[in-house]
Amino acid sequence: MMSMAPSNTVVSANDLGLTFQTADGPVTALTGVNLNVEKGDFVSFIGPSGCGKTTFLRVIADLEKPTSGTITVNGMTPEEARRQRAYGYVFQAAALYPWRTIEKNIALPLEIMGYSRQDQKARIDRTLDLVNLAGFGKKYPWQLSGGMQQRASIARALAFDADLLLMDEPFGALDEIVRDHLNEQLLKLWAATRKTICFVTHSIPEAVYLSTKIVVMSPRPGRVTDIIESPLPKERPLDIRETPEFLAVAHRVREGLRAGHSYEEHA
Amino acid sequence: MERASFFKDRLLPIGTVVLSLIVLWYVFVVVLNAPFERDTAARAGTTISFSELLPRTMAQERPVLPAPHQVLAELWDTTVNKAITSKRSLVYHAWVTLSATLMGFGMGAVLGILLAIAVVHNRAMDRSLMPWVIASQTIPILAIAPMIIVVLNAVGISGLMPKALISTYLSFFPVVVGMVKGLRSAEQIQLDLMHTYNASASQTFWKLRWPCSMPYLFTSLKVAIAISLVGAIVGELPTGAVAGLGARLLAGSYYGQTVQIWAALFMAAAVAALLVIIVGFAHSLVLKRMGARA
Repeated sequence: MMSMAPSNTVVSANDLGLTFQTADGPVTALTGVNLNVEKGDFVSFIGPSGCGKTTFLRVIADLEKPTSGTITVNGMTPEEARRQRAYGYVFQAAALYPWRTIEKNIALPLEIMGYSRQDQKARIDRTLDLVNLAGFGKKYPWQLSGGMQQRASIARALAFDADLLLMDEPFGALDEIVRDHLNEQLLKLWAATRKTICFVTHSIPEAVYLSTKIVVMSPRPGRVTDIIESPLPKERPLDIRETPEFLAVAHRVREGLRAGHSYEEHA
Repeated sequence: MERASFFKDRLLPIGTVVLSLIVLWYVFVVVLNAPFERDTAARAGTTISFSELLPRTMAQERPVLPAPHQVLAELWDTTVNKAITSKRSLVYHAWVTLSATLMGFGMGAVLGILLAIAVVHNRAMDRSLMPWVIASQTIPILAIAPMIIVVLNAVGISGLMPKALISTYLSFFPVVVGMVKGLRSAEQIQLDLMHTYNASASQTFWKLRWPCSMPYLFTSLKVAIAISLVGAIVGELPTGAVAGLGARLLAGSYYGQTVQIWAALFMAAAVAALLVIIVGFAHSLVLKRMGARA
C-alpha cells in the first residue's frame, strides 16, 4: 500500500510508464521512471523536447493517466490529490483570463474552491506582494508585459493552500534578462513559502541555478538518465553561476543530456 | 498617422456612393417607366418628346420602379402624417412586425444557446442534433411558413405566436452554430487549468466557456435579429395578415401599389438596420465590461 512511502515524500513514482496510442502507432512518452520528490525540494526536469518531462508533470497533475507503474502524490493517487487541490500548476503560457483583471484572475481558483470574499482579498494582496505585482491588481492582462503576466499566473497558483507547485517551462517564452530576474525571485519565493516545486525547463543554467535536485531526461523513449543532488547552498546569488561548483553540476547535466542523445542516434 | 477627418474619411466616400446609387436609380426609373408613357401616347395617337416624357416617368401612380422622391413622400406621408394607431400608418405596421420579430428573436436566441450547450456537453447530442439543425435550414421557409401557421391555427394558436415561431425557426440557427464554436473556443490550457482546480462542469461553464463565447454570441445575434425580421415578414405573407410590413407588401402587390411596396421595404430595411445597430451596441458594451482594449 501507499503507506510504504515516508510521510515527507511528496511525489513517488515507481517504474512509471506512459504510452500514447497515436495514428502512427504507440509512442512511448515515459518508461521506467523511478523518482521521489521530498517535501521542500526544488526539482528540475531537463531534457530535449520529446523526453517526457512535461508529460511527467502532467501525470503528477492528473492531466494524463500513466499506462504502467505507480505514482503517488502526497501518498494518494494523482486524481485524489487533484480532488484535494494538492498542487498549483503554472503553464508555459500565463493563460490568464483576458476578461478578468489581475486580481480577479488570482481570485479564480479561490472562487472555485469556495474561499470567503474576505479571505480572497487577503490572499490576493499577499500573493501580489510575493510576486512583486502589488498595485497591478486592477490592470487587465494585456496591460502587463509577458514577464509580469507570468508572475501573475504564479501568484494565481500560490493563492490557495497547495504545498506543491508544478511549473512547466514558465519562463520559456521570456528573454534571458527577464528570466534571470524571475529565477532570482522564484528562489526567494520558494524560500519564503517553503513549497515543494517541480520545474520543467530546457535551460541548463536555469535548472542548475534553481534546483536542489536535477532530473536529466532523454527522448525516444522518454526516460530518466541521471538524477543529480545539487551540492550548491540554499542561498544563491546570481553570480553563483560562475563558481566552479556550479560549473561542475552544469557539466554533469550536459554529459547526461549528451548520453541521452547518443542513444537516440544508435536507436 | 493623420487625424481622421469626418469629411474626408466618412462623408466624402459614403456620400459619393449614395449619390451614385440615387443617380443610377433615377436612370432606371426613366428607362423602366418610359414604355408605359410611350404606350399611353401611342394609344392617344400622339407622339411624346423626351423632355415631356422625363417628368412623367417620375410621377406615375403605379410605376414599374417608383422614383426615390416618390418613395420618400410615401414614407413621410405614412409615418409623420398618420397617427401611429391608424391602420394606414407604416409605424403601426412596423410595430406589428417588430413585436413578432423581437419575440421570435428572443425565443430563437434562447433555443439556440440551449441547443449549443447540449451539443458542447454531450457527445451524442453533438452527433445526432447538428445534422438536424442544418437540415432544418435547407427547407425553404416560404414553403413551411403557411403550414406552421395552418397547423398552429388548428390547435388554437394564432396572432403573434405563429409569426414569432417562424422567426424563431430562422434565427436559432446562426445562434447554435456560433455558440457551439464559441463555447468550444476556450483554449486547452485554460480547460486544463480548470481541471487542476477540480472545477465542476458548471463552474467551468460559467467562468470559462460562457465568457469565451461572448464575441461569437453577439456576431450570431446580429445575423439572427436580421433574419428574425425576415421570418416575421414571411410569416405575414401567406396568412393574409391584415397588419404588419408583410401584409403591407402583399396588399401593395395585389393592387399594384409599387410605391407602397417600396416604402414598406425601406421601412423593413430601416428597422433591420436599427436592430443590428442595437445588438452591435450591446456587443461593444459587453466587450468593454470584459476589459477589451479601448
